[in-house]
Amino acid sequence: MSQSNFRIITNGILAENPTFVQCIGLCPTLAVTTSVANGLGMGVAATFVLVASNIVISLLRKMVPDEVRIPIFIVVIAGFVTVIEFLMKGFAPELNKSLGIFIPLIVVNCIILARAEAFASKNGVFASALDGIGMGLGFTIALAFLGAVREIFGAGTFLGNPVVSFEPAMLIVLAPGGFIVLGCFMGAFRALQAKAAKMKGLGAVPAEARPMGCGSCVMAKFCKKDASECEEAKS
Amino acid sequence: MTMTELFLLFVSSIFVHNILLSRFLGCCPFMGVSSKLKTAQGMGAAVVFVIMLASLMTWLTYNYLLVPLHLEYLYTLSFILVIAALVQFVELALKKLNPALYKSLGIFLPLITTNCAVLGVAVLNMNEGYGLVPALVNALGSSLGFLLAISLMAGIRERIEDNEGVPDSLKGLPMALITAGLMSIAFMGFTGIIK
Repeated sequence: MSQSNFRIITNGILAENPTFVQCIGLCPTLAVTTSVANGLGMGVAATFVLVASNIVISLLRKMVPDEVRIPIFIVVIAGFVTVIEFLMKGFAPELNKSLGIFIPLIVVNCIILARAEAFASKNGVFASALDGIGMGLGFTIALAFLGAVREIFGAGTFLGNPVVSFEPAMLIVLAPGGFIVLGCFMGAFRALQAKAAKMKGLGAVPAEARPMGCGSCVMAKFCKKDASECEEAKS
Repeated sequence: MTMTELFLLFVSSIFVHNILLSRFLGCCPFMGVSSKLKTAQGMGAAVVFVIMLASLMTWLTYNYLLVPLHLEYLYTLSFILVIAALVQFVELALKKLNPALYKSLGIFLPLITTNCAVLGVAVLNMNEGYGLVPALVNALGSSLGFLLAISLMAGIRERIEDNEGVPDSLKGLPMALITAGLMSIAFMGFTGIIK
């Protein structure tokens, strides 16, 4: 594997990690990370859709007229989401039940549309597949990690096996815990980023390089229609 | 469903199962467009409008098109297409019919296509097997819950945004997430209202 192919994969895991750096796809991140198994399951399902839709969109990229590309991408993605839904219903009914509504909602996960728009529609099939694998792995690792933290501290178990001796804080597996744990990790990530930049003698991290909400979202350029309104949306 | 049940459904979809704070649908705009109260309310109003229309259209699509043709499994694909087309259409119609409203809501409309709250409410209505009236009541309650939560969030963020006390690395999104967590704890207090 050449250097640049390897970099496409690590790009998704570290430099442009969808959860901690780009901060997109927040809904499934918050909702399904109540346990390691759920986090992993969601990550794998999203990775499947990401890789498959990246490949198909990359194959179609020269045929798709620019004006209707977003609807076409959405149809391709929705097709693969239906496939994964059937697969999960057939082979992992328990997991399908606990992920529930978030499986069909993979369609509107910004990560997938963002990669279709930013990468697959401009690059070759092989590179797009690798990009899907990298981004998918980055997403899966982030979800499994958050799931592990929430399961250990909230339920006192890891993959269902009891691991801690203290009384777990139930709040962490409930809805508020999702927001608070993710917020703390994002803050910690930024603090580390600032420290790393200081050690390299770069001074403060510029605001643009910081984790953003909708800055990296594929729809961001639509809301640039009114620049003044969008200034607020970016902060 | 009786009137009482409908009322309970309405209240529970606003407070107990708040779409943002308890169901985690629509978090991207909740974090992205909540730093100014005015924009947050614009986004909230646009979401109420689109969720109501989309719930009506997807309910009709599911019950009068997919069920008779035994194509229920295509719901993801058809719902997202219905929503995308609807949003485009609403944008065009607003631009032509009511430019003032378009100016205040228009910029949010394209964002709403990929807002999981819209597709989420449509799928929830289908999963619960609601009839048309309960589906619309659920849609209204959920979207008002969205408007309520995003307005509260923006009000809080306007006050803490430039606060010196917030550590540098927590400014912006991380602080917003932690605030949302605290709001979610407060909303858990409503759980006892409805069994």
